[in-house]
This record gives sequence, structure tokens and C-alpha cells, in this order.
Amino acid sequence: MATTGDEFTLDTAAELAAEEGSAGKEIQGRSPWALAWRRLRRNYVALGSLAVFILVVVACLCAPLYVSHVSHIPPNEVRLGDSVVKNGQKVPVISNGHTKIVNGVPVIQTGGIPIGAQYGATGGAYFLGADELGRDVVTRLLYGGKNSLFIGVTSAAITTIVAVILALLAGYFGGATDWVISRFFDLIWAFPVILLGIALGTALSVNGFHHFGINLSGSSLWITIGVVAFVFIPYIGRPLRGQILALRQREFVEAATAQGAGPIRIMFTEVLPNIASTVLVLFTLIIAACILTEVGLSFLGAGVQAPNPSWGTMIEEGQNQLATAPQISLYAGLAIAVTVLAINIFGDGLRDALDPRAKVRIEH
Amino acid sequence: MGAFIVRRLFGMILVLVAVSLIVYFIFIVIPGGNPAIRIAGRTATQANIRSIEVTLGLNHHGFFGFLWQWWDMMKALFTGSLVSYYDGTNVVQQIKEGIPVTFSLAIGAGIIWMGFGIIVGTISAIKAGQVSDRVITALALIGISLPVAWLGLLFRYFLAGEKGWPAIFPDGGYVPLTTNPAQWFYHMILPWFTLAILFIGFYGRVLRSNILDTINEDFVRTAKAKGLTSGRILRKHVLRASLIPIVTLFGLDFAAVLGGGAIITEVVYSLPGVGFYAARSISQQDLPPLMGVTLFGAMFIVVFTLIVDIAYAYLDPRIRLS
Repeated sequence: MATTGDEFTLDTAAELAAEEGSAGKEIQGRSPWALAWRRLRRNYVALGSLAVFILVVVACLCAPLYVSHVSHIPPNEVRLGDSVVKNGQKVPVISNGHTKIVNGVPVIQTGGIPIGAQYGATGGAYFLGADELGRDVVTRLLYGGKNSLFIGVTSAAITTIVAVILALLAGYFGGATDWVISRFFDLIWAFPVILLGIALGTALSVNGFHHFGINLSGSSLWITIGVVAFVFIPYIGRPLRGQILALRQREFVEAATAQGAGPIRIMFTEVLPNIASTVLVLFTLIIAACILTEVGLSFLGAGVQAPNPSWGTMIEEGQNQLATAPQISLYAGLAIAVTVLAINIFGDGLRDALDPRAKVRIEH
Repeated sequence: MGAFIVRRLFGMILVLVAVSLIVYFIFIVIPGGNPAIRIAGRTATQANIRSIEVTLGLNHHGFFGFLWQWWDMMKALFTGSLVSYYDGTNVVQQIKEGIPVTFSLAIGAGIIWMGFGIIVGTISAIKAGQVSDRVITALALIGISLPVAWLGLLFRYFLAGEKGWPAIFPDGGYVPLTTNPAQWFYHMILPWFTLAILFIGFYGRVLRSNILDTINEDFVRTAKAKGLTSGRILRKHVLRASLIPIVTLFGLDFAAVLGGGAIITEVVYSLPGVGFYAARSISQQDLPPLMGVTLFGAMFIVVFTLIVDIAYAYLDPRIRLS
């Protein structure tokens, strides 16, 4: 079965020569995946980024196992009137308003300011401070990360699968099928991504989605997943369709047709393996785009619904208390930036490893 | 050329009709989307809901009823009589008021991201493999990974006095250009950069790889063989060819930003633009403003796609408008 990666290029030749050298060993055939893995293995920056991403995922997914033992505060628990013990003194979680005498003049100190970062001074609680309802920021960061990452990865997977199927149908059958699918791509493409996401997210979060035997409540994460997955379909479908149209003309497809292979078999066993590396790279890069879109939608109130935490809702919750409680917004944004950067670096490395000449990218 | 433009204009109208139908479908047909139920409140009787449906013109049912209602709303939108379900304000009027703000944001940010994008991409390509290229590549990657909302809040926190440091820039808000040009500029600096940084990173990366591809083209070798200076080859030959895909990208991104796509930046800095108007309507589940803004955005994207395609034909004579 022909794969595009089989082409013998100068880099592979040089690599093989360097590896086998003068040892006189018999040169073994290597699959394109093995070659890609060899290139990726040497890219320490990309591997390091993958490690960072896995670390973030594990830390967030395992949050229910360890967070309650450290902070002693569940993620959605409101603690407005509570106080914590710090250096033997009781400190209110949300400050009370009081009058302070400064140079003999009483100055009113406004209350309602959440406790700031304690860095362990209170025995684990409020390590990075509280939000305006007295909820622990670290706990919400980890649970929010779980939601944001789940939405990002799942919607990226759904959008990739749907886009691959549509692109295969369009590229393989051509004609009317291609026309309909291409117009569908064009149509979604004509919307500004964020506006379409808002329209869908707002409408669906009212009463949820109850069609085709699917029952989702308005605050379900699957609503956000569906919305994010939907808006990105053409961003993967379009480049793939072009590639499949070109592959369709290749001899190996003709050979398979001559052997009597049906459309399904040709699409999945002849065409699909040839676009697999592109799909893999696009999938990695679209995870980053999906996470950023979820953050944007949740920030605007059209994504994850309260009281569920997500990195986007946390930025939104803290934006009006930036001066007094910056911890609510700023750490969530940092978590997003680190995660998305790690994915983007790894995605770039993966692309370079799989096909150094490929120009696969996600257009915003 | 004339026939091409007419055909494209026709296609453009079809796309806009489809876009408006989809938006209308999203809000009306999806369960819970019926605005009459929302407006009537929790204790509403069926009669209350019916009467609100009649006032809003939502009392038609079935496929043709749907089309009829959609047509009513489109008519209202184009005659400028479409009003918000929530507070009765005129949607077209509100969008018009937001346009100067959104255009200020988009045009300034567009100039910044195109200018810096070209500089960054060109330097990075010329110095490919060197330290400066690696630094720029890393910075560009960071630029495209930052959530816009967070970047805006960081700027406000550190540069606009939220942290308690002396404020270098004003903390959000908008001053019309006609009122005070200097203050307008001063207030727009942070929003411009907040919006532009993502695009600078993205354009820089795209331009870098385009230039590196173009350098290997035959016509560049010919230019070298003719004895042209490397600066002239870069400016007149390489950059000109490499910029064509960038111009396409710019047309579409700029259109999206003009049409309200800069919604997050507008919200972070409280800029009362078109996107801000849409954001306000989200919490009220107010259909007409979202409908108006989404169509407005789609219109810009569709029109700019056409402009880009025509510009393409002039920039690149190999493309035939068939």
C-alpha cells in the first residue's frame, strides 16, 4: 500500500547513512511512522511540551482524589461568612467592611474583598486565595481545568472525526456530494467563529438540547463541546478535502478500484492512511484552538454555565475584581496559556517529524 | 471580469440568506429557543405566551410559518425597525452606534498586526536558523497561545493601574475620535495591542514559511543571476510573492474583526462596539441583537472574501477568474 511518506528523500537518506554508517549492517526497511518517531524523539523541546501537557492533564483529572485533602474545600462550596486560621488568628475569607483611623481621621475600608494568596500559611486552604464567593481558587483551577481540557480534547476529537468523514465523502465521490459538503463548509466559514459559537451556545444553554434521542440539560458540558466542535469542522475539512481530491487521482486508488474494492474500503484503507499524518497534526493543533474557543465562550457567558468552573468562567468571574482579587482571573489565564503553548509546541514538533515539508496549520 | 463579479455577488447574497436562516433556526426552532416563553417568565399561562407570540410575530407554525417569520424579521432588519425583545431598543440603531468604536479598534489593530507581522516574519526568514529567528519563532508561538481575555486583563493589571502601579494607560473606556483625537489614540493603544498580538504571531509564522519557500523559486535564482542586490530581490521579488497569501488572510481576519469578532477585547476594555453589544445580549438571550450582529459580521466576511478574490487576480496574473 502506497503512502506518501515512502518517498525516499535526501534527509531520510542522510539519516539512514548516518545511522547505519560503515557498520555494514543490512539496512532494514522502516515505516514512515518509525522514521517520524525517530525525528520526534530527538526534538527535546516538543517532548518536554508533551510532558508539560500530560502533567497538566493528570493534575486536573486526578483533582477529585487529592484536592479535598489539601484545601479541605469542595470546588463549588460557597463560604461567605467563614474564616480561616492564620498564624493563630482568625481571618475572614471575605473581608468585612470596617472603619480604620488614619491620622485621626476615620477612613471607611470597603468589605467584600476575598482573601488573597496564603501560600500554605493557613495549612493548605486558599493557597492562591479565594474568589468572591469564598471558593478556593486552586480547587476551582484544577476542577475548571478538568472541564476545559475535557471540552477541548473531546470537541477536537469530534470535529476531527466529522471533518474527516465529510472530507472523505466529498473528495471521494465528488460531484453533487462534494458540492453540498463544500457549500456546508463555506457556510460555517462565513460566520465569525466566536459569533456563531455565541449564537449556538446562548440558545442551547436555555433549556438544553432534546432532539434525536439526545437529552442534554442547559448546563451540560456536552452543549459547549457540541458548539465548539461544530464551528471548527471546516477548518479541518477544507484542507483535507483538497488533499483527498489529489489522492483520488493516484494510481493506487485506480489499482484498488480495478481489484473490485468498494468505496468504503477505498476510502478507509487506501485514502485514509495517506492523510493520517495530516489528520494527526491538525487534531493536535485544533485542541489548542478548541481550548481557546471554550475559554472565549465561557468568558462571554455562552460556554460552561455556573456554578461549574472552567478556566474561561474563572477569568470572567474575576475581571471586575482585578484590583482587589487578581488571583481569580490571572492564574486561570496562566494555566490556559501554559497548556495551549505546550500543545502548540508539540503540534509543531509533530508536524516537523511527520513531514518536514508539510504546511499544515490551523487558520484562525 | 464583469460576469465574475456578478456571479460572485449573486453567490454572496445566497450565502447571507443561508446564514440568516441558520441563525434564525438556532434561536427559534431549538427547544427553549422560543423567546415568547422566556419573556413571559416562569408563572406565565398559555394565554400570556400566545399573546406575546402574536406581538412578536411568532405565531406562525410549520415550515412556511418559519419562513414567513424569518422574512418578517429580515424585513424589519433592512427597514431598520427591528427592536430588541429585551428592552425594545432599535437593533440597527445600536449597531450603528457601535460601528465607530469597532472600526477604530479594527483599523488600528489591523495596521499594527500587518506591520509587525511583516517585520517579524521577514526578519525571522532572513535569519532562519539563527538565534534571532529562534527567539522570534518562540515569541510568535507564545503570541498565538495566549487567551485574549487574559492578555487584556494582564495589560490592565500591570499597565493601567489595577495593581496599584502608576497607570501608564487608561483602564478601558472609549473616547470618540471626533471628541478628542489624542485621548482616542491614548485609550485605544492597549486594546489595539491586545487584539493584534495573536495575529502578529500568526502572520509572522505564515510569512516566514512563505518567504523560505519563495527563496527557492526559479525567478529568485534568475534575479540573483541578473546581479540584483539581495535587498532589491527581497523587496521586489521575494516579499511581493510571499505576501499574497498574507493579503488573503488579512482580508478575512480584518472582516471578522470589523463584524464584531473582536468581542472579547471590546468586553475586557468596555469599548461600546458592535461586539460589546452582542455580548450584552447574551445574558438576556435577546435574539434580534445577536441576529443583527452575526449577520453584520457574516456580511463583512462575505464582502471581503470577494474583494480578496478580485485583488488576488490583480496581484497574481497566474490566477484566472474562470
